[in-house]
Amino acid sequence: MSLKVFDGFKFAKLPTSIHMMDPRAKFVMTIGIFSAALLFSNIYALIVIFLVQLPIVYAARTWKKWAASMRAGLFLAVLIFVMNFVFGSTFVFSAAMTLRFVSLMSAFSIFFMTTSPDDLGLALEQARVPYTLSFTFTTAVRLVPTMALDAQTVIDAQRSRGLELDRGNLVKRIRNYIPILIPLIVSAIRRSIELAEALESRGFGASPNRQPLIVLRMKTTDYLVVALTFFMIGVAVYVYLYVPLPTPDIAITMPKIFPWL
Amino acid sequence: MIQAEELKYAYPGSPDVLRGINLTINDGEFVAIMGENGAGKTTLVKTFNGLLLPTVGTVKVDGVNTRESSVAKLSKDVGLVFQNPDHQLFSETVKQELAFSLRNFGYGEDTIERRVATILETLDLTRYAESSPFVLSGGERKRVALAAVLVWNPKHIILDEPTIGQDYQQKDRLRNFIVQLNAQGKTVIIITHDVEFVAECKPRIVLLSRGLIVGDGPAEAILSDDQLLARSSMTRPQIGALMHQLGDLGLPEGVIDVYSAERAILQTVRRRK
Repeated sequence: MSLKVFDGFKFAKLPTSIHMMDPRAKFVMTIGIFSAALLFSNIYALIVIFLVQLPIVYAARTWKKWAASMRAGLFLAVLIFVMNFVFGSTFVFSAAMTLRFVSLMSAFSIFFMTTSPDDLGLALEQARVPYTLSFTFTTAVRLVPTMALDAQTVIDAQRSRGLELDRGNLVKRIRNYIPILIPLIVSAIRRSIELAEALESRGFGASPNRQPLIVLRMKTTDYLVVALTFFMIGVAVYVYLYVPLPTPDIAITMPKIFPWL
Repeated sequence: MIQAEELKYAYPGSPDVLRGINLTINDGEFVAIMGENGAGKTTLVKTFNGLLLPTVGTVKVDGVNTRESSVAKLSKDVGLVFQNPDHQLFSETVKQELAFSLRNFGYGEDTIERRVATILETLDLTRYAESSPFVLSGGERKRVALAAVLVWNPKHIILDEPTIGQDYQQKDRLRNFIVQLNAQGKTVIIITHDVEFVAECKPRIVLLSRGLIVGDGPAEAILSDDQLLARSSMTRPQIGALMHQLGDLGLPEGVIDVYSAERAILQTVRRRK
């Protein structure tokens, strides 16, 4: 099992224009890509949505991590394709759904790779999200790499007890993950209880009026990115409503193995 | 026998954690791997059952190159007990937890039943057989994790920080148990920072620092070498420090445990009389 997928969601500070963008502008951009990917099920449109992200990855200088997370998500992508195809979708539609998943994963990967949890917390606070909620969210984001390390240790511990994750048929392979998931959930719950107790012991929430040390300010480029995102969403909605998009003429379908579907 | 030759290991995107380890651990030996945090102790033992494969060099377990085997096959001979029991416990009952690895290794139900009963008895866990491992105390969970590995009777046993979270009596029991295992001919390897525990057990010590072996020898010699200990961010055990301080009175160097210290002090006092 590869845990490299988590690397693609881990922030690393770099002096690039994407990293230095206001987190709110980046969030709007991500939601823009997210909405467009959900709007279309046409493969050409989804290819464009995917390709639009590549210059952003290039500008953020995160090719390697991005590629690693895409490779790590390959298993799920293949699973989505196979499930769609087996359950009666056409080849093209199955490929489109796979591309939708890859685009969504890529958009959030770019967002988390280029936005520090601190900036994210500040952005949420300035959007008047209660501090306890924004803190919970940023802590969860911050704990992702720790959880990934935990997961690797659990996998190592169970493999040392003779567990072979890749053995057996599909159902058996899925069941092989139970000894991984239960310790992981238990240790996550234990960690969260300990964290809550530690926070309370250090006076968390004692003062209702918090004064942030840093106040985020949107720059001209941030406003431009937000404006461009809204423009692109407008174009996407227009295309979706009024422009008939072509579909590739590949008529491959799976023979009906489930006649009731 | 476990043999590491010119062993180097680096985690992806990081510098070498192990920087050229040459180490031979003979069958039936009792070895403590010690060193500062981040010295590479856990990384080293993870190469012994194939969880990590060397980036350079080789590791051989009973003549088998770990590159040419699988973790499941190697683990049958090399039992590794992880530091945190919460990283491995998942079953509804302690009994099922112990049976898990035996099922993985393909043992029959009769053998599983017999071995689980024996190990529960040995580690004083019989009364918890039907309890959930999650409701046990930290020390008890640690014992269940140990039992979960000992149950398949591996030839070489590795314990990562076995004394953490154990009270003094449990530590004493653990020491006796480890010594007993070793007396039965098992190779026992412990990773620990606990110099007091090691001083009482007196195994061979392999001292790591920054991915290299900086000391290898009997406990008495290693735990009395201040320079070596400082290099690995360690100190002498308390008895060793006391005997060293009282060296002017003619007490011998290299005494690290209570019983040897008692003998040495009595001899010195009698001589003076």
